[in-house]
Amino acid sequence: MPDFLFYLFSALTVLSAFLVTVSRNAVNGAMYMIVSFVGMAALFVLLEAYFLAALQVLVYAGAVMVLFLFIIMLLDAGKGRTVRPDRLTTAAACIGGLLLISGLIYITFDSGAAPSTPLPVITELPENATATNIPFTTSSRSFGYGLFTKYMLPFQVTGFLLLIAMIGVIVLSKRIDSSGDEPAKPRIAKS
Amino acid sequence: MPPELIADILWKVLFAVIFVVVIMTFAAYSVLAERKVASWIQGRVGPNRTALPGLSAIPVIGPHLVKMGIWQPLADGVKFLFKEDPIPGHVNKLYYCLAPAIALIPALTTMVVLPVGQYTVDGIAHPIVLANIDIGILFILAVSSLGVYGIVIGGWAANSKYPYFGGIRSSAQMISYELAMGMSILPVFMWANGTEPGLGGLSLFNVVTSQQAMWLGVWMPVPAFIFLTALFAETNRLPFDMPESETELVGGFHTEYGSFKFGLFFVGEYAHMVIGSAVFTILFLGGWNFLPDFGIDGLEWLSDPWSRMGWFGSVLSVLYFIAKTMFFVFFFMWVRWTLPRFRYDQVMNLGWKYLVPAALACIFIYALIIGLIDIAFAVEETPAIVQ
Amino acid sequence: MAVKVVDRSPLNLWEKTYLPQVLGGLKITLDQMLKPKITLQYPEERPVIPNHYRGVPTLVRDPNGREKCVSCQLCEFVCPPKAIRITPGEISEDDEAAHVEKRPKDFEINMLRCIYCGMCQEVCPEEAIFLQDTYSVSGYSREELVYHKAKLYELGGTLPDQHYKWDRKKEAAEKAAAGGHH
Repeated sequence: MPDFLFYLFSALTVLSAFLVTVSRNAVNGAMYMIVSFVGMAALFVLLEAYFLAALQVLVYAGAVMVLFLFIIMLLDAGKGRTVRPDRLTTAAACIGGLLLISGLIYITFDSGAAPSTPLPVITELPENATATNIPFTTSSRSFGYGLFTKYMLPFQVTGFLLLIAMIGVIVLSKRIDSSGDEPAKPRIAKS
Repeated sequence: MPPELIADILWKVLFAVIFVVVIMTFAAYSVLAERKVASWIQGRVGPNRTALPGLSAIPVIGPHLVKMGIWQPLADGVKFLFKEDPIPGHVNKLYYCLAPAIALIPALTTMVVLPVGQYTVDGIAHPIVLANIDIGILFILAVSSLGVYGIVIGGWAANSKYPYFGGIRSSAQMISYELAMGMSILPVFMWANGTEPGLGGLSLFNVVTSQQAMWLGVWMPVPAFIFLTALFAETNRLPFDMPESETELVGGFHTEYGSFKFGLFFVGEYAHMVIGSAVFTILFLGGWNFLPDFGIDGLEWLSDPWSRMGWFGSVLSVLYFIAKTMFFVFFFMWVRWTLPRFRYDQVMNLGWKYLVPAALACIFIYALIIGLIDIAFAVEETPAIVQ
Repeated sequence: MAVKVVDRSPLNLWEKTYLPQVLGGLKITLDQMLKPKITLQYPEERPVIPNHYRGVPTLVRDPNGREKCVSCQLCEFVCPPKAIRITPGEISEDDEAAHVEKRPKDFEINMLRCIYCGMCQEVCPEEAIFLQDTYSVSGYSREELVYHKAKLYELGGTLPDQHYKWDRKKEAAEKAAAGGHH
C-alpha cells in the first residue's frame, strides 16, 4: 500500500514539476507548482515526517505560491511571451542539468552513500538525549532542538542570507522609484 | 487486505462522513443564523415563512419552527441546486469549475484534526477527533491557507475586472494576515508546552488540557485579539471582506458565479467560519473545559466535570464545545453588522504595521514570562534534555 | 443660539487602538438586537391607518341606503389623471329616489391611473366620493383594475351623516305644494 502511494505521489510531483517548465501560461505554471509542492508534502507524510509535510504545505503551497499568484495577477503576466534563450544559456543549462543528473545517479547507486536499511522510527525523544546527540525523530520537538542547538549556525546564516536578499530587493525597488520623473513602473516585460 | 483493516477504514469513513455532515449542517444553518442576526440587529425578524408541508403542521412545535426559519436553508439549498447554471463564454472553464471546490475542500479537510470533546478510558482523557496528530494546529493553518486558491483562481478564471481585483486583494490580504495569525498562536503553544511537563508538540488536545487552570484568552488577551482579527481577515468576513466588498467590486471574486457554484463558495465561507470559531475556542477559550478552576486542588470538577459522567459526559463535552463555538459564530455575525468595511490600505496598514509587530512583541514578552515561571517553579518537572 | 463645543482633544493611547469605538458599536448593536421588533407581519397584521388617509376613492350611500352620487361629473372634470369616467343615468318616475336629480348609470375609476390626490373628494358637492383606507389594490389584468359602480359602493359602504338633503328638499317642495301661501 505505501509503495503504491509513493509511486502515485512521486509521479504526481514529477509530472506537475515537468508541466511547470513547459506551460506557457504563468497561472497554469503556478497551479502545477502548487500540485507539485502538495505531492512532495504527501511524500513527506509517507516518510512519517508530518512536521515537514505541514511546513511544506504551509510555507510553500500556502504562502509562497499565493505571493507568486499575487505578482502574476498584479502584473498581468498571465500570457507570457516566448523568450528564446541564447546559446550560452542553453549550453550552461544543459551542462548543469547533466551534472545534477549524474550526481543523483551516482548517489543513488553508490552503496556507501545511502543507508540500505531503513532507520527505526522514533516518535518520542529519549530521556538521555543531549544537545550534541539528538536522534532524528518525527516529532516537531526534535526539529526544534535540532535547529536551536546542533544546526544553530546554518539556521542563523540562512536567516541572514534571506535578510540580505530582502534588503537588496528593497534597495533595488527604491532606486527604480526615485530615478526617473515618471511614477514607478515595474521593469517587467508585459505582453 | 485483512478484514480488520477494512473494518477500521470503514469505521473511519463513517466517522468522517458524520463530521462532514455535521459541519456542513452547521455551515448551512450559519447562513440562516446570519440572516436572523442581521435582521435582529436591524430591528427586523428575519426569515419566518418557509414551511415544509408535513412537518409544519405539527401542533405547537410546527409553527414555531417555521417562525424560527428552520426550513429556510433547505429551501435555499434546493434553489441553488436546481437553478440554471450558466457558464459565461469568456471564462477559463476548467479553473472556473474547479475554484468553488478548491474553496470548500480545505475548509472541510481541516476538521480532521479538530478535537471536539473528550472521553475517558481508565482515568485518562482522550480527545474525540478523527486524527489525533502531533501537529494539529500546523495542519489546520497549512490546509486552510490552501482555501485562498479557490478565491484567487475563481477571480482569475472569471476573466473580468472586478473578480480579478477580488482575487488580487484576497491573495495580498491572505499573505498579510497569515503571518500575524501564525505568530499570535506561538505564545499559546509555549504556554501549553512550557510549564507543564508532558507530550509537548503542537497537538490541539494538549492545548485544551493545559487550559484547565485558566483559559488562555484571559491571560493572553493580546494574542487572542490578534488571532481573532487575523481570523476575520482569513475567513473574508467583514470588516475585512476585501475580496467580496459588494459596494466596490459588485460581488468581488464571485461576480461571475451563480447557482450551485456560488452556493459552494458561500457554504465554504461559512464552513471556514465554523472551523475558525472552533479553533479559537480551543486555543483561547478552554475548548470543552467547563469553567477555569484556577489551579486549586479539589476544584478539578469545575474545569472537567465530563470525565466523571461516563459516556454521557463525553456527549456533554461535545455539546459544550459546540455551544462555545456557536457563540463565536454569533460573534462573527455581530461584528459584521456592527463595523463598516475597512479601506484596502487600512487593511494592509493594520496587518503589517500593527498586528505583526504586536504579535512579535507578544512572543518575546510571553517567552520571558514563561521562562521566568519555568525557572521559578517547574524546573525539576521538565524533562532534562538539555544538559 | 446655543453653542455646543465639540471635544476635539487628541486621542489617547487606548482610544487610538480603535477598540473603545468597536466595543461601543458592539454594545449598540446588541441593544438593538434585544429590543422588541417593529416588523409588522403584513398579510396577517395590518397597519393602523391614520384618519384622513388617502386610499382608494370609493362611493358611499347615505344611512337610508340611497346612493349619494348624482352624477354631476365634477369629479370627472377635476380628476388630474382622468381616471374617473361617469355615465350619467336618469331616475325613473316610479323609483323611490325619484326626487333626486340623477344617478350614475356607471361610475368607473381606473385604479391604475388614479394618483390618490383626493381632488374628487374635495370637489364633490354631494359628499358622495371619499378616499378611504384601502391601500392594497391588486389584480391580474388591466380590466380588473377598472373599478365599476358596484365595486366602488362595496368598498365605500355607508356614510353615517344624517343630512338627507334631497329628502328635505322633497319635503319642502311637498309642503309648498300642499300649503300654498300662509
